[in-house]
Amino acid sequence: MTTIFGYPLVVVLGQLVLGLVNGSFYALLSLGLAVIFGLMRVVNFAHGAFYALGAYAALVGLNVLGVGYWPALLLAPLVVGALGVVAERLLLRRLHGLDPLYGLLLTFGLALAIEGTLHQVFGSSGESYPVPEALRGVFNLGFMILPRYRAWVIVVSLVVCFGTWFVIERTRLGATLRAATENAPLLQAFGVNVPVLVAATYGGGVALAAFAGVLSAPVILVSSQMGSALVIVVFAVVVIGGMGSILGAVVSGLLLGLVEGFTKVIYPEASNIVVFVIMALVLIVRPHGLFGRE
Amino acid sequence: MRPATIGYGLALAAALAVPAVGVYPVFMMKLLCFAMFACAFNLLLGFTGMLSFGHAAFFGAAAYATGWLATARGWGTLPALGAGVVVAATLGTAVGALAIRRRGIYFAMITMALAQLVYFVCLEAPFTGGENGLQGVPRGSLAGLVPLRSDVAMYYVVLGAFVGMYLLIRRIVHSPFGQVLKAIRENEARAVSLGYEIDRYKLLAFVLSATLSGFAGALKAVVLGFVTLSDVLQANSGEVILMTLLGGTGTFLGPAVGAGLVVTLQEYLSDLVGGWVTVIIGAVFVACVLLFRRGIVGELLALRARR
Repeated sequence: MTTIFGYPLVVVLGQLVLGLVNGSFYALLSLGLAVIFGLMRVVNFAHGAFYALGAYAALVGLNVLGVGYWPALLLAPLVVGALGVVAERLLLRRLHGLDPLYGLLLTFGLALAIEGTLHQVFGSSGESYPVPEALRGVFNLGFMILPRYRAWVIVVSLVVCFGTWFVIERTRLGATLRAATENAPLLQAFGVNVPVLVAATYGGGVALAAFAGVLSAPVILVSSQMGSALVIVVFAVVVIGGMGSILGAVVSGLLLGLVEGFTKVIYPEASNIVVFVIMALVLIVRPHGLFGRE
Repeated sequence: MRPATIGYGLALAAALAVPAVGVYPVFMMKLLCFAMFACAFNLLLGFTGMLSFGHAAFFGAAAYATGWLATARGWGTLPALGAGVVVAATLGTAVGALAIRRRGIYFAMITMALAQLVYFVCLEAPFTGGENGLQGVPRGSLAGLVPLRSDVAMYYVVLGAFVGMYLLIRRIVHSPFGQVLKAIRENEARAVSLGYEIDRYKLLAFVLSATLSGFAGALKAVVLGFVTLSDVLQANSGEVILMTLLGGTGTFLGPAVGAGLVVTLQEYLSDLVGGWVTVIIGAVFVACVLLFRRGIVGELLALRARR
């Protein structure tokens, strides 16, 4: 049997793929956080709650409305994104110009309210979502067995992350967004409706979280608390990557997923905390994060 | 006499009379422990301007240390409490030294992540009892002199601890050290230009706050006789923020008022509305941030200042 560092290759590769799947979720979530933070200077604590909302939207769509996986992948982010726009207009907008800490506190309260409501409506046991027909089964790569759905998660996350990066860095819309980050009043003077842009950005970031929620529904147990621990890991990912950079968010998300997977092989007890330990180390060596500037 | 003196006198008289008028003493003790926790937290948020999102780590770690030493090792109540406080201080030094390398929201996220690390350690370590927590922590006696098994005796000890901590925090804030902390809160760059090594001040404020939070947690373990994962959970870090914010950040009495409200709300509301209490807590959080950022005591003080 082939081994790597004394561990069976099949086991290592299996965990690395799992790590990459988790890393894809980290990447999607920290990407949304970075987009929201870049424009609004708000650390969106409710990100995990919107992620859970996305998964539940898909679940309700399937069980109640008969909407399948593929439409849900598009519809759930739209619905949750619209909720995000409402939350921005009703709540977050009022904090404009205040210390960013208030945004963190407000979204923390929002997360409690959303997750508490999900818990009351759907119960605490958690529900599973079936893997869509077309993605069942496995690819046999010879040296390992790769479940189709996991491969799909990794590929589609990479595509969405790259697409978001492309929109922000290479299109006119993205240029407007970046201009708003630099100097919103000036952009407003040029006739751009900045408040609408801000609401749309929050909606977009939240929609990314909901997309990750739908994507994760078939591989995890859907529960009201599925996002609350995840969001803390993603915060650590963001601290490691440096919040300002879109690419940094994606790369560090994927890398940390891999590291976590590898830790599961060599020292499983530490797999829950390895991201936090790395964060501590990065803070000692590069306080502004791997891709951060200051 | 000044009105404030009369107010404090009345509050103290009411607190002393609590066992006599038949308020459930265990509930009052729990309330006082959380009031201490919130006052300790406020030392950092209210008077130094640093928002820690991970104070449950110090509260919980001290509770676990005290609980474990008192049950598994048979330590006396005072030494176990002392050891819990030392654990919180040590942990506070480590977390604080890392977290003060960044400010503002990054500081908040770092404390949150490191507290989550502490949570996972508590979940998996062999001596914490995992999901069950530690049960049957004995109350013992105060240095062999005063047995604490009766709720009334325990209540007066907890009340004494609360008054002591309250006075200590006032003393710290009014000291030259406390003035420097406020200067850092108001304008960090200016404090630097005045020649203060602000990192030292920030770290000391952090360690003090963590240590006092640990004392509150350790005392809670002794009072209630158990320690669970919810003591070290992130939700607990959030609740202490809410208590402080609701009562009034940067006021002396505010955090205690906020703690009283939140603990009472949880105690009585959960009978009425069950699980919806989380939703209500979340809504109170949102309302607090949007409508009265100065908190109840802060708004009252502002009202008085305006007249």
